Amino acid sequence: MGRVHISLDGTVHDHAHHGDHDHSEGTPQHDVGDHSGYPATGVARISVLQSILSENDRVAAGNRTAFAANGVVAINVMSSPGAGKTSLLKRTLVELRSKLRLGVLEGDIATSLDADQLAGLGAAISLVNTSAGFGGECHLDAVMVHAGLGRLPLDEIDLLLIENVGNLVCPAEFDVGEHARAMVYAITEGEEKPFKYPVMFRAADVVVVNKIDLLPHLDFDLDLFLSNLHAVNPKATVITASARTGQGISEWCTWLRRQLPA
Amino acid sequence: MHELAICQAIIDHVEARAEGRAVQRVEVRIGHFRQVVPDSLQFSWTVLTDGTDLSDCHLLINYVPAVIRCACGAESVLDVPIPACMTCGGVDVEFLSGNEFDVAWIEVAEAS
Repeated sequence: MGRVHISLDGTVHDHAHHGDHDHSEGTPQHDVGDHSGYPATGVARISVLQSILSENDRVAAGNRTAFAANGVVAINVMSSPGAGKTSLLKRTLVELRSKLRLGVLEGDIATSLDADQLAGLGAAISLVNTSAGFGGECHLDAVMVHAGLGRLPLDEIDLLLIENVGNLVCPAEFDVGEHARAMVYAITEGEEKPFKYPVMFRAADVVVVNKIDLLPHLDFDLDLFLSNLHAVNPKATVITASARTGQGISEWCTWLRRQLPA
Repeated sequence: MHELAICQAIIDHVEARAEGRAVQRVEVRIGHFRQVVPDSLQFSWTVLTDGTDLSDCHLLINYVPAVIRCACGAESVLDVPIPACMTCGGVDVEFLSGNEFDVAWIEVAEAS
């Protein structure tokens, strides 16, 4: 397992640092105030044992039911800012609009710039203001998606592309009721990203390795990245693509169409 | 960054379960595979409960280690986010812990 540790100095260091004050061994921590003043009696411990995100998951299940009732397949598209989600979606809409009825649910912290780019390409579009959910602005949650679905003609959509907020951390924690998760990764981001954002990379069913046309101009080591990706997520489908040149777009669209019922 | 949203979800659970009783402590269990920064969650708790009925309630974060079991039978406690067996390197593994994301319990003052 030396392979694993060689390239992970940063991560290991981080963890060791956390260990100094993290109380990681299963017992409740003791540095959050002095509890000695509490009487031994007069306090009742009540079991809760509920997922923190149970309310989100309940709404996500509702979204899933709505998708099923209308024959919609929903793909949650996630990436860091600037990796090329919107450019990829533009290509996708052009490629698929004659074959499928398309919808886009566009999550953005502010502005309609991305939604404007996708307008007029044959898809029904719903822009979601990400301040409308649990108070987060860095991700789409099931409540926000539910609100956005109300503005889409679901019974006229076969494939719904949910463009999440550009962020490699937060979106991965929130189920929005999607059928599959796609991640767009740009080779300009560096080979080590699967180790730095393992939850996102582990959650992806497919990773579109974008901006591959830049490969001759970068020091990027594609084999190292793929090895890092597969260490974190051995099952992910990988598609190398360029939303700029169109390379890999047909492969990506084929993957999307395979998510639909035959 | 999403700790504030997560913290609000915790508060919603606590308030629903407390049914108006004063809550002194709450424990959440968060697995190591989750991308939650304990200090950030603790900070969010302070911000969101300030001036509310929960302002004196302590948030205990039980950080659960990430443990996998490989097809070879070995169990590994991971300190890096790579689900591979520390004994044989295999990736055919089962997650035993590390994905926890629960409100475990609350402690309330009993009516005397």
